[in-house]
Amino acid sequence: MANGEREAGAVPLPAPGGAEHPTPGGDAPAGGFVQLLTPDGERVDSVTTADGMTYSVDFTDEEYRKLYADLVTVRRLDAEATALQRQGELGIWASLLGQEAAQVGSGHALRKQDMAFPTYREHGVLYTRGIDPIMPFGLFRGVDQGGWDPNEYKFNTYTIVIGSQTLHATGYAMGITMDGKTGSPDGEAVIAYFGDGATSQGDVNEAFVWSGVFNAPIVFFCQNNQYAISEPLERQTRIPLYRRAAGYGFPGIRIDGNDVLATYAVTRAALDQARNGQGPSLIEAYTYRMGAHTSSDDPTRYRIASEVESWKAKDPIARVKAFLAKQQIADDTFFAEIDESAKKLALDLRERVLAMPDPQPVTMFDNVYPHGSPEVDGQRAEFERYHASFEGSDH
Amino acid sequence: MVETITLGKSLNHGLRRALEDDAKVVIMGEDVGKLGGVFRITDGLQKDFGEDRVIDTPLAESGIVGTAIGLAIRGYRPVCEIQFDGFVFPAYNQIVAQVAKMFYRSLGNVRLPIVIRIPFGGGIGAVEHHSESPEALFAHIPGLKVVSCANSADAFMMIRQAVVSDDPVIFFEPKRRYWEKGEVDLDADLGQAFPLHKARITRAGTDATVLAYGPMVRTALDAASAAAEDGRNLEVIDLRTLSPLDMETVYASVKRTGRAVVVHEAPGNLGLGAELAARITEECFYSLEAPVLRVTGYDIPYPAARVEEDYLPDLDRVLDAVDRSFGW
Ligand SMILES: Cc1ncc(C[n+]2csc(CCOP(=O)(O)OP(=O)(O)O)c2C)c(N)n1
Repeated sequence: MANGEREAGAVPLPAPGGAEHPTPGGDAPAGGFVQLLTPDGERVDSVTTADGMTYSVDFTDEEYRKLYADLVTVRRLDAEATALQRQGELGIWASLLGQEAAQVGSGHALRKQDMAFPTYREHGVLYTRGIDPIMPFGLFRGVDQGGWDPNEYKFNTYTIVIGSQTLHATGYAMGITMDGKTGSPDGEAVIAYFGDGATSQGDVNEAFVWSGVFNAPIVFFCQNNQYAISEPLERQTRIPLYRRAAGYGFPGIRIDGNDVLATYAVTRAALDQARNGQGPSLIEAYTYRMGAHTSSDDPTRYRIASEVESWKAKDPIARVKAFLAKQQIADDTFFAEIDESAKKLALDLRERVLAMPDPQPVTMFDNVYPHGSPEVDGQRAEFERYHASFEGSDH
Repeated sequence: MVETITLGKSLNHGLRRALEDDAKVVIMGEDVGKLGGVFRITDGLQKDFGEDRVIDTPLAESGIVGTAIGLAIRGYRPVCEIQFDGFVFPAYNQIVAQVAKMFYRSLGNVRLPIVIRIPFGGGIGAVEHHSESPEALFAHIPGLKVVSCANSADAFMMIRQAVVSDDPVIFFEPKRRYWEKGEVDLDADLGQAFPLHKARITRAGTDATVLAYGPMVRTALDAASAAAEDGRNLEVIDLRTLSPLDMETVYASVKRTGRAVVVHEAPGNLGLGAELAARITEECFYSLEAPVLRVTGYDIPYPAARVEEDYLPDLDRVLDAVDRSFGW
């Protein structure tokens, strides 16, 4: 890495105090957040934060409709997955319900050459990357461990051990710098997804340190959905998460994670700064996990119904629909069409999930090492001999 | 009062007793408080003992164990919950480099009476990192004690014994057996308890010794019942303690039966079975009718849920090993 060549002071310093936000409508947490579309579907033209950054979007009507379609589709696919799990067709499902805007907005902010490192919940990002939504279902059905090629899709494998992927993302971003692929508008950047709970992990804090020290082209995208399984945010932090960035020496900003426009605008700007060589930043997407942590969880044990109700009023999709209707960008026919096409996709997904074959047991010995190993190969042979010994019996 | 309750509920009762018996006992971990743990092992304890004694921690395993060390230096007796086997590794540094060595380093001045509970093993159809058996990685570390319970009665007593122990104890819980029921004497006195670091013959037999612990004890007992139909009388030993191993019980049994089969879910390579086979061979060489055989997980990462039944040792594989022993 051209570390020694970097001039002292070449690393852009964050604005003192980080990016404090103007507080929009009544739904923002203390400290505010960037919001470009209110829960009622009112557009805010632009937002300027205390560090002088101005955020806005200039989508065409067609692009607005596409955003809406994606939001509806990822929610519909998610509902199908939840149903499949209940019917015993998936072992478990981690629902994104409520987090559609954070995922669709940030996913669209990625340019083709950018790399994403997801947790286990980023089905919406996966979809907006243009990836077949069936891809993670092998993992949730239990037929594989989430096997795909990260480089082919510019989308890393799902990572279950909390926080690990933030370091992988940082290393990948360091590699971009080493390859000389930053410093221009067509440079590359990385986005690392993680939750509010993950911010407590050592790995995540190390990723912050490393990305700062090496000025890595990375955006840390934290979906603060208010819970880590049963534990509320207060169990992880005593300051707003976006403010942590200041301590590591890079900008931190909070967005209304239920606002797809703010999410898009801020993430796009942060990624472009990163690809231009201006280093890392942290985005806290303030949102809410509307469902259970996973299908194994029972949220009634730790949160009250009225809280969930209050977040329903901030639904990420309803506000886009209201905006499109008010602006006459879309009408009821369009909305019905989108519902219909989302449903079709969901039913197609269902059929294909049901058709997923169980793996042949012997394949469990595959891919332990790139070039095999005499021990594993021996055990595979033994396994086959043992199972052949039952052939013909009623075993 | 003798009750028939699940293994999970027995642990819950045991932890409750531990909290009642000593005000210095604290429980800490992810989701252990309000939720009562993802397996509900600590259900109701925060409600009854308060947030200072049953602590929902930030999401960081190194933090859980690291702060438990400080609490222990300060005179507390922390019981840490690691949510799943595969998530203990962020804490592995603290466990190996600090928990295991503090007593030695401090010339015996600092005892760390910490219990680290880990639900382990497979068979629940879970995704990656939720089905592993890392016990050998801990049994290998001098300074740690490692135990595993296999039934409700032991769960209730062993967790209490682990808490009062002055040693750091890694406490492996057979998660797929959490829902199995057994009789527990809820008034049992710790003073009369079967010793924590002793193996138990759970089924007396004469023809071969099957050694198991945790989730595999049930499998071994089932195999013994099946073998009995074929006229083979297997002895099943529940090891209970993995470090130290109670070899006296094992040697005595193998010297009687002349055959030993070790069963565990963990990969065979350098597992508990390897250590047991070596020691049995050294001590019982002239009594052995056949080599000590192992029935274990394969030397691969834990596979996808839909093939885990083919990975896990089952009744047939245990019987196959017994057959091979007799065919030697
Ligand atoms: C190292 C580690 N510890 C514990 C777990 C178990 N676990 C799975 S998800 C989760 C909570 C994660 O919360 P957060 O980071 O806020 O993300 P969210 O699931 O809410 O999206 C926990 C504790 C894990 N997967 N990895």
